[in-house]
Amino acid sequence: MTDLTWLNELLADNRIFTPQTIAYYWDGLVTTTQLVFLSLVVGLVLAVPLAIGRSSKHRWISLPIYVYTYVFRGTPLLIQLYIIYYGVVFFDGIQQTFLWPILREAFYPALIAFTLNTAAYTTEIFRGAIKATSRGEIEAARAYGMSQSLMMRRIVLPSAFRRALPAYGNEVIFMLHASAIASVVTLMDITGAARFVYARFYAPFEAFLFAAAIYLCLTFAILYFFRYLEKKLLAHLKPQSGN
Amino acid sequence: MLDLHGYGPRLLEGAGVTLQLAVLSLILALILGLLTASAKMSRNWLLHKVATLYTTVIRGVPDLVLMMLLFFGGQMALNVATDAIYDRTGLDWYINLNAFAAGVLTIGFIFGAYMGETFRGAFMAVEHGQIEAGKAYGMSPLLVFYRIRFPQMMRHALPGISNNWMVLLKTTALVSVIGLSDMVRVAAEASRATHEPFTFLIPVAMVYLLIASVSEWMFARLQKRYNVGFGGH
Amino acid sequence: MADTPIPLEVRNIKKRFGETEVLKGLSLEARKGDVITLIGASGSGKSTFLRCMNLLEQPDEGELIVHGEQIHFKQTRHGREPADWKQVVRMRAKLSMVFQSFNLWAHMTLLENIIEAPVHVLGKSKKEAVEHARALLERVGLTARADAYPAQMSGGQQQRGAIARALAMDPEVMLFDEPTSALDPELVGDVLKVMRDLAEEGRTMVVVTHEMGFARDVSSQVIYLHQGLVEEAGSPQDVLVNPTSPRLKQFLAPKY
Repeated sequence: MTDLTWLNELLADNRIFTPQTIAYYWDGLVTTTQLVFLSLVVGLVLAVPLAIGRSSKHRWISLPIYVYTYVFRGTPLLIQLYIIYYGVVFFDGIQQTFLWPILREAFYPALIAFTLNTAAYTTEIFRGAIKATSRGEIEAARAYGMSQSLMMRRIVLPSAFRRALPAYGNEVIFMLHASAIASVVTLMDITGAARFVYARFYAPFEAFLFAAAIYLCLTFAILYFFRYLEKKLLAHLKPQSGN
Repeated sequence: MLDLHGYGPRLLEGAGVTLQLAVLSLILALILGLLTASAKMSRNWLLHKVATLYTTVIRGVPDLVLMMLLFFGGQMALNVATDAIYDRTGLDWYINLNAFAAGVLTIGFIFGAYMGETFRGAFMAVEHGQIEAGKAYGMSPLLVFYRIRFPQMMRHALPGISNNWMVLLKTTALVSVIGLSDMVRVAAEASRATHEPFTFLIPVAMVYLLIASVSEWMFARLQKRYNVGFGGH
Repeated sequence: MADTPIPLEVRNIKKRFGETEVLKGLSLEARKGDVITLIGASGSGKSTFLRCMNLLEQPDEGELIVHGEQIHFKQTRHGREPADWKQVVRMRAKLSMVFQSFNLWAHMTLLENIIEAPVHVLGKSKKEAVEHARALLERVGLTARADAYPAQMSGGQQQRGAIARALAMDPEVMLFDEPTSALDPELVGDVLKVMRDLAEEGRTMVVVTHEMGFARDVSSQVIYLHQGLVEEAGSPQDVLVNPTSPRLKQFLAPKY
């Protein structure tokens, strides 16, 4: 068809999408994926005990966790990133420790900020899901002589995870989008690559639309993954939930 | 106000910029949201498609990327346009897209998509009989909209609007990246200059928490008003 | 008779939902003071017929004449639609409907519900509308509930309130769509009593109902519908006491 020749001409004319710039975007994709994936995994691991603690009857456990989630969910991620990025220097003696070479690079402050941020959101998502556990399920577990921890492990958490899945899927997408601010602290993620290409060629549309297209594809991939997961887990867990 | 190495007044100004930016963006987002929801519920095929494309793309791309696209791309498009005017007519215009306007436009545009979804769900939650009663008593579609549909819809929309507002408020921080002197940019500059990041960034974080808390209280009051007649809570 | 126009005339109404034709050519003429009851099994089309009378459903064929004014239709891509919505709005203001599920506006108090359409549709002053509303509330026995919200009232109170709302329009014809079907049995009586009073004072009414007692005592005409057609029509004596159609006999049998 004619649109293919049109495309060929466009590609032949273009001075922007050279193998070199494509490589920038590729590196950016790798950086973004690493940042988002690592912060999500660590955040998730942190969030489970935090959510249980947040649901605790003891205020001295639940209150500090509430303050943590309130602060991290109530302030912009950019500020959290700045505080960690600029502030990490000021921890006494940190420059002498083995951690310094790691923390000096922008990647780790960004990773820490993202992790703490997503952990806060995920904690609240799980807490909501735990709170929504039906009374009947809990009473049944008690009636069968389950201990508090056994009940948490066997009854409450499995059904809470399932309920939390859609909201957690949104959180993953939110984190992917939020990670674009890594470019502000000089990281070459996807947005960083786009900013570089923009500055080099003064081609805002090409540079940012290409980045937008990559993010859009990633978003859809996450969306479909979670949809698949929901379908599978719902089918798998249904007999256990006793419907 | 504290002096904060002379940055105090500028920080205060920055807080004003943040608040103005957030409120203006919210208004734009609410208008766009209502339009989007109407388009999505309309029988017009094209309107429906356009609205769906808008909400899908906006929700699939990071705010910061959209903001840069609009700010840098918008400036370039304006330059091309003014150059063309100069070539044809000899009129020498130069329009500078300022960061504040770009911020309001982008944030309003982004959250218009989210508000659109909120409003659509809320409109659909209004019981059909309520609308029918309006029609049956000779109300015009416009009258049905602002006497029945809108007030009843707001009850369902407010939690979503409140939620979007909280996210929007935090998104305003991104405008510092494209050069607007909001409180985040002032604080970041001050941190770099004085090497005292906590002195500036923590108060700014607290201002965000304060705004969030105040608006939470305001939304709770609004919710109470729109819940009237629906059994309390 | 000839000098005042007939409040409501409906001729040869047809309506289909997708493949099924639910109304197969129905006509009706409500003269001043008539109480016409529509009876029939569920699915006979009686509610759809009533809803076609104020165009909550769009009839595919047929004519509608309200107070001597013929409603205009036009053909569009989505089927037949009224040509002039302003005319529809004007016409609906003359026909007040009372719904099965009351449909009082949930965000307004009872009093606000009653004055809503008189103020915003008929353009009455608020003061005048409130005075009228108070008088109507007294009539239906709800003076004390003027400032209650619908959710705070019983079903019977809501329906009597809805009747007051309908009366506030000074309608030419009142349309009742199974007004007692959603009520607990003990609350039906109050609503029926209000409706009987209205019939006695000479209101023109078209009533879809399952209450055979009401149909027998109050109607000037009873129409029995079966699968979108008039199976039998006439005075309550003819239709309810001496039915001829076997189907109508069967329909009436279990109730007596």
